[in-house]
Amino acid sequence: MIIENAKWSKGPPPQDDVIVGFLATIGGEKVVVPKEVGNSQYDEAMRQVAAGELTIADAD
Amino acid sequence: MSKAAELAALIGSGQAQGNKNLIINGAMTVDQRHSGSSFTVVNGNTITGVIADRFRVNEASGAEFTAQRVSDAPVGFEYSSKITVSTADASLGSTEFHRVIQPIEGKDISNLNWGTSNAKTLTLSFYVKSSVTGQYYISVFNNAADRTLLKGYTIDSADTWEKKTITIVGDQSGTWLTTNAAGIYLMWSLGTGSTYQSSTLDAYQAGFYMAKSDQVNIAASVSSTWQLTGVQLEVGDVGTAFEHEDFATTLAKCQRFFENVEWNGYVLFGNSYSTTQWLLQQIIWKVEKRVAPTLTYPTIGTSANTVGITENTANYVTQGSVIRAFITTTGAAAYNNGADGYSGLTDDSICSLYSQGATTLKVDAEI
Repeated sequence: MIIENAKWSKGPPPQDDVIVGFLATIGGEKVVVPKEVGNSQYDEAMRQVAAGELTIADAD
Repeated sequence: MSKAAELAALIGSGQAQGNKNLIINGAMTVDQRHSGSSFTVVNGNTITGVIADRFRVNEASGAEFTAQRVSDAPVGFEYSSKITVSTADASLGSTEFHRVIQPIEGKDISNLNWGTSNAKTLTLSFYVKSSVTGQYYISVFNNAADRTLLKGYTIDSADTWEKKTITIVGDQSGTWLTTNAAGIYLMWSLGTGSTYQSSTLDAYQAGFYMAKSDQVNIAASVSSTWQLTGVQLEVGDVGTAFEHEDFATTLAKCQRFFENVEWNGYVLFGNSYSTTQWLLQQIIWKVEKRVAPTLTYPTIGTSANTVGITENTANYVTQGSVIRAFITTTGAAAYNNGADGYSGLTDDSICSLYSQGATTLKVDAEI
């Protein structure tokens, strides 16, 4: 799975200081991935991060 | 045994009851992602191409495949999932493979007692058709991929539908999850490198294997095909007739893992709490998802087949670059933040998401 342009995303008010997932492009399409173990894209992203294959940019 | 006694035995075993199939969409009736269109399988052993819903093809070799839910099936069925080799790889490396797989959610196998001395036996039935005859294997493995059962079957005649029935004894050891993660993986090998080959058949073994060394490599030649339908996995040591369930039931089962949300016109409303920030009402999924899903949203814009934010007088604002969402298993609320490039909203007012023509939000909670 090729994950590109990954960037952590904070929640909407009043959770706008909490990371709730990340934004990215997967397979050329823009996606929102929730921060949830068990979500296949999140799990794969964490595997790639641990393997040094992916960096997720800090949230705005 | 008399017919009455056979029936009583089946009722007693639970096999004569409805909803007996542990496999979802075994008749390939639901194809939410492609609606019968062909697609190229992306190389990689993670989530790649789903043909008919819940049936995923993984391709990790030098070969290339196309996959498609097609209207070619044995009597009693309408569809099958088909793999066609578009680029051959006749010599697989040790870790290379191709396979079709369905992960079964752990919550659906809690009655099997696998991993205990009371583990129940299952029977797998399916129809298969291939241009390449020979020896093939299915494997059953657990979430940790440290317990595997290999079972063989042969395709005897080229390009001919054949029904296969395979008994799968329950594993009395190992950990077979009964959570919302994969409890059992059921896999059809289409070619396997040496790392994943084992000569131990018909008995559980530690580790992860996909086939024996004599498994056909479907990718040895261009244009080779392999098709599957009528897949049923049921409790007991007898393969019974395929249970055709109504389409709505099958679709709902599939939507626990994937759903298309079709949009057209004003689809969501919300508030603009500054001239650059908006927050929309919650979208509710048709079916509660296995986990909080990944959302693939349509192109943002103001032209046909895009979605855009409009302000309180129903005019487009300056569109931003992304849509954010707070996502749960039951729904999601879309929003943005001030860095996303939206402007022209009315502070402390209303806004909406407008779909100009048909667009689709894809909701993915697959295993």
